[in-house]
Amino acid sequence: MQVEVSGSAVISLLVDNESGALARIVELFSGRGYNIQSLTVAPVDEHSQTSRVNIVTTGTQSSIWQVKTQLERLVPVSRVVNLTAEGPYVAREMALVKVVSSGEPRTEALRIAQAFRARAVDTTASSFVFELTGSTDKLDSFIELMRPLGLVEVSRTGVASICRGPQTIQNF
Amino acid sequence: MTRTTGSTTLDAQTTTTLPGAEVLLRALVEQGVEVIFGYPGGAVLPIYDALFKQNHIRHILVRHEQAAVHAAEAYARSTGKVGVVLVTSGPGATNAVTGLLDAMMDSIPLVCLSGQVPTPLIGNDAFQEADTTGITRPVTKYNYLVRRPEDLAPAVHEAFAIARSGRPGPVLIDLPKNITVGDAPYVEAHAVTPRTTRMGSQPDRAAIARAVAAMKAGKRPLFYTGGGVINSGPQASAALRRLVDLTGFPVTSTLMGLGAFPGTDQRFLGMLGMHGTYEANLATYDCDVLIALGSRFDDRVTGRLDAFSPSSFKIHVDIDPSQINKIVHVDEGIVGDVGQIIDLMIEEWEKQPAYAHKSDLAAWWAQIESWRALDCLRFGQNKAPDAVIKPQQAIQRIYELARQTGRDTYVSTEVGQHQMWAAQFFRFDAPNHWLTSGGLGTMGYGLPAAVGAQIAHPDALVMDIAGEASTLMNIQELGTIAQYRLPVKIFIINNHYMGMVRQWQELLHGSRYSESYSDALPDFVKLAESFHATGLRATRLDELDATIQKALEHNGPVLVDICVAEGENCFPMIPSGAAHNQMILGPEQEAGSATISKEGQMLV
Ligand SMILES: Cc1ncc(C[n+]2csc(CCOP(=O)(O)OP(=O)(O)O)c2C)c(N)n1
Ligand SMILES: [Mg+2]
Repeated sequence: MQVEVSGSAVISLLVDNESGALARIVELFSGRGYNIQSLTVAPVDEHSQTSRVNIVTTGTQSSIWQVKTQLERLVPVSRVVNLTAEGPYVAREMALVKVVSSGEPRTEALRIAQAFRARAVDTTASSFVFELTGSTDKLDSFIELMRPLGLVEVSRTGVASICRGPQTIQNF
Repeated sequence: MTRTTGSTTLDAQTTTTLPGAEVLLRALVEQGVEVIFGYPGGAVLPIYDALFKQNHIRHILVRHEQAAVHAAEAYARSTGKVGVVLVTSGPGATNAVTGLLDAMMDSIPLVCLSGQVPTPLIGNDAFQEADTTGITRPVTKYNYLVRRPEDLAPAVHEAFAIARSGRPGPVLIDLPKNITVGDAPYVEAHAVTPRTTRMGSQPDRAAIARAVAAMKAGKRPLFYTGGGVINSGPQASAALRRLVDLTGFPVTSTLMGLGAFPGTDQRFLGMLGMHGTYEANLATYDCDVLIALGSRFDDRVTGRLDAFSPSSFKIHVDIDPSQINKIVHVDEGIVGDVGQIIDLMIEEWEKQPAYAHKSDLAAWWAQIESWRALDCLRFGQNKAPDAVIKPQQAIQRIYELARQTGRDTYVSTEVGQHQMWAAQFFRFDAPNHWLTSGGLGTMGYGLPAAVGAQIAHPDALVMDIAGEASTLMNIQELGTIAQYRLPVKIFIINNHYMGMVRQWQELLHGSRYSESYSDALPDFVKLAESFHATGLRATRLDELDATIQKALEHNGPVLVDICVAEGENCFPMIPSGAAHNQMILGPEQEAGSATISKEGQMLV
C-alpha cells in the first residue's frame, strides 16, 4: 500500500444559518476523527440566512475528499469547496497580540510590529495590544518574534478564505 | 437563527390556522401516513388528543419506545414507505435513540416525533426535559426543534422528503408542547421546497460506459449487491435480475441485500462476509471484476482489508458519494440511484461489443461449482427420534415448512448465531421480506420488527427467528402482539447461551465462557400464555416438524421454544482480521482452519 502524505486544506462552506448547523459540522469532524485546526463562521448574505464557514483541516488527500463528501451530505450545507484543491485562493486571519515589557524589549516589539505593519490598538505604559492581519504563516512568525519580548496573550480569529479571480464559491 | 426548514411560499388568503397538534396530523395525512407506532406522555398529550379525534391515522401502542422505532423500521422496510414514531419528551426520546441509530446504519426512512417541554422552559432542566436534538444529532440524518408555529408544517413535509431521499434515514422532529397546543398555520406540501433538491446529480454516463467495458473485459466477474438495491425499490431488484440474465455473472449479497436477487436462483452464491458461504467468499477473493451495487464494503463483508478481493477491478455504485472510496479504493465509482444505474448499465451492455470471454466465464462457473460442491452449510444432525435438535436443523425446517404454506412470508430476526443461520438457510425470492438489524446488530430488534411487519401486512405470515437472550430484550412487546391480535410466529432457537458470544469465546478466548450462559431463563411457554399467546416447545428431533407445523397452522400469535444443542458454532466463519480465503469451516467440511491473529482479537 502506498503511503499518502498529509497536508492541510482550507474548506469553505455555505450553510443555512440555523441552530444546530455548526454543531452538525463540528460533530462530523469529531465523530469521524478528522481534525479542525481553525474554524470561522459568520452570516454573509443580506438577510443573514446563509453563513460561510471556513475550516482548516489536515489529512491525506483521500481523507480530505472524504470530509468534503461527508459535509455535502449535511442537510443545512448547500455548498462545500476545498479551496486548496480548486486553485489559487486568499486566506487571511487576524490576531490580537498582547505584549507586556519595558525598556529595550518594548522598543524592539514596537519596531518589529512596524515591520509587520501591525497596528497598536491599545497602548499603556507597560503594554501593547497589536492587531495584525495576514496569512497564518505571517501571524505565526510575528507571534514567535514577540515571544521573547514579553508576549502574554494571543487571540486569533481563524482563517477567512476566498478564491482568487472572478469566480465564486457558487460556481465551482 | 432565522430559519429552520426549506423555503416556503405562504399564501395569506388560503392559509388555515389550527392547533399545532392538528397541523401536525394534517401534514402527516398529506404525507400518506397511515400508521404511527408510539407511546404517550405529558409532552405529547395534545398530539394524543388530536389522534383521538380523527380516523385517518392508526396508532399502535407499543410497550417501550425502542420497540416503536424497530416496529416502524420493519414497517418501512417491508412496505417501502416512511415509518413514523411518536414518543414523549425526556425518557421517551432517549429510549428511542437505539432504534434511531439502527435505522441510520441500515438506511431506513423514518420520521420520529418527540414531545418537548414548552419553549420558554427549554434549558431549565424542566421535568422530563432532554436535549433531544443534541442527543439525537449523531443518530439521525437530520433533526428539528420546532420553535415557531409557522415552522411546524414545513418541518414535517421536509422531514419526509429528507427521510426518503438519497440514502434514506431517520429524521426527528422535536415538538415543544406550546407549539402543539398553540395555533399554527397549515402549509401544504407543495408549498414547501425541501432542501433535498440541492442534492442529486445526473448519472455519469462516461463512468457507466467505462464500468461496463470493464465488465465486458472480465473473465471472473462477480456482482456484490447490498441493501441499496432494496432501498431503491422493487424496480431495482427487477433490473438486477435482468442484468444478471444478460451477463450470466454470479451474484453474492450482503446481509442487508438478501432478497434483491432470488435466493433460489442458481446464479446466487449466497451471502458473503464473516458468515458467508465458501463459494461466495472465495469468488470474492478470486474475481477479476467486482461490481458493488448498493453495498458499502462493511468490515463484516471485507474481512482483512489489504486482502479483500486483491486482484479485481472494482466498480462501486452508490447513491451516497461519501461511501465511494471510504473503505476500499475502487477503480470506478458511480454515484446515483442503484436501480437507475443498473438500467443504464443494461443499455450500455447492449450497446457495447458482445461479451468475448464466454469460455472464461464458463471456466469461472466450473470453479465456483467446485467450491459449491463442498456444501459449506451442511451440518450433521443425528436422525434418532430423541436426538437433540441442531439449531441449523430447526432453522432449515422452519424455512422449508413455511415455504410449503405458499404464503407471503416476512422474516425478522434478533441478533446472534440464529440470525446468521437464518441468513444462510432462508432463501428469499423477493425484496423487502427480510428484516434484520445489520449495521448496528441490535439485540431486541426482531420481536418489535415482527409487530411492524404484521401491522403492515395483516394477512401475511410473519415470523421472528430469535435467540433466547435477544428476545428478552424486548419481550414486553408480547403485550402489543396480544393487544392487536397479531398472529406472528416467534421461533426461539434456545441454545441456553448468547451463542455468538460463546462462539467467539471458544475461538478467541480459550473457551472461557465469561457471562455468556443464559441462566434463569423464564419458561417461555408459560410466558407466552401469560401474554395470551400460544406457547409450544420442542426438545427432541421427532417433535420439531410437528411443532413448527402446529405454530404455522395456528391463526393467532405463537411463541415456540425450540430447545437446541448448546455448543453449535456458526460456520463458515472468517475470523476478524482474516482474509476471505482463510475461512474456518464446519466439522462436516473439515478443511483447513485459520488461526486468529492478535490484531484480529482486537477487532469485533
Ligand atoms: C443490545 C446488544 N447487546 C449486546 C450485543 C452483543 N451480542 C451479539 S450476539 C449476542 C448473543 C445473542 O444471544 P441469543 O439471542 O441467545 O442468540 P444466539 O447467538 O444464541 O443465537 C450478544 C450478547 C448486541 N448485539 N446487542
Ligand atoms: Mg442463544
